[in-house]
Amino acid sequence: MTITPLHFVGVSVLLFGIGLLVVLSRRNAIGVLMGIELMLNAVNVALVTFDRVYGPERLDGQLFALFVITVAAAEAVVGLALILAIYRARGTVAVDDLRELRG
Amino acid sequence: MAFYAVAGVAVLGALGVLFFRNLFHAGLSLILALSAVAALFILLGAEFLAGVQVLIYVGAVAVLILFAVMLTQRITARHVPQYTRALVPAAVVALGLAAVTALVMWKVELPPMAPMPASSALEELAGRLLSTYLLPFEVISLLLLGALVGAIVLARKEERR
Repeated sequence: MTITPLHFVGVSVLLFGIGLLVVLSRRNAIGVLMGIELMLNAVNVALVTFDRVYGPERLDGQLFALFVITVAAAEAVVGLALILAIYRARGTVAVDDLRELRG
Repeated sequence: MAFYAVAGVAVLGALGVLFFRNLFHAGLSLILALSAVAALFILLGAEFLAGVQVLIYVGAVAVLILFAVMLTQRITARHVPQYTRALVPAAVVALGLAAVTALVMWKVELPPMAPMPASSALEELAGRLLSTYLLPFEVISLLLLGALVGAIVLARKEERR
């Protein structure tokens, strides 16, 4: 059985679904950040797959994935800095304990 | 077959991130999943991206996350609940989204995989990055600078006055 683009897209969908579940279910903010990284990686797999399918000579998908990786790195750095600041101020990083803005 | 092994490792790593109660173990599992994604990039003929993935994700982001877990050690204690109360709605939303996406991709007629390019596309990639995508390239360097300064400002200990 040959490997079709659908196989790679399937892995991407699975990773994205699991990542979303991690984001929605983890109480720890660092765990939520891990889920976001999983989701971004799933999107990258899909982007590179479509790049290979639709334009092996144009490389737009790979370049998009490159930008996504860069933005994800920046997001992780700022996100973790925020989490550390919250931990210092509050002694907890559980997302459902931080509810001051709730109406 | 290589694809099934790599895809299995990726999904298992992701499931580990979901199910390990200890956040440090979840982080190690995340490293496994990210490495498997790098291997997927190689299978797709994107060697440069695979290298970038290993350097930035496995080498930097994952290690940073593990550091953050260790700096906030107390929260990984065993008695602290690790999942929110909204576990069932979360599962419904995630499974529903995955099912709809999978259904759409199943309906779409994707053309078959193009043959593996004979030579590495690195030269072409670099050329396009510094011509067509020059503006996003410059903007993203500004973003990185902003993230760098912002992270230092946020994570620095406040001086007592």
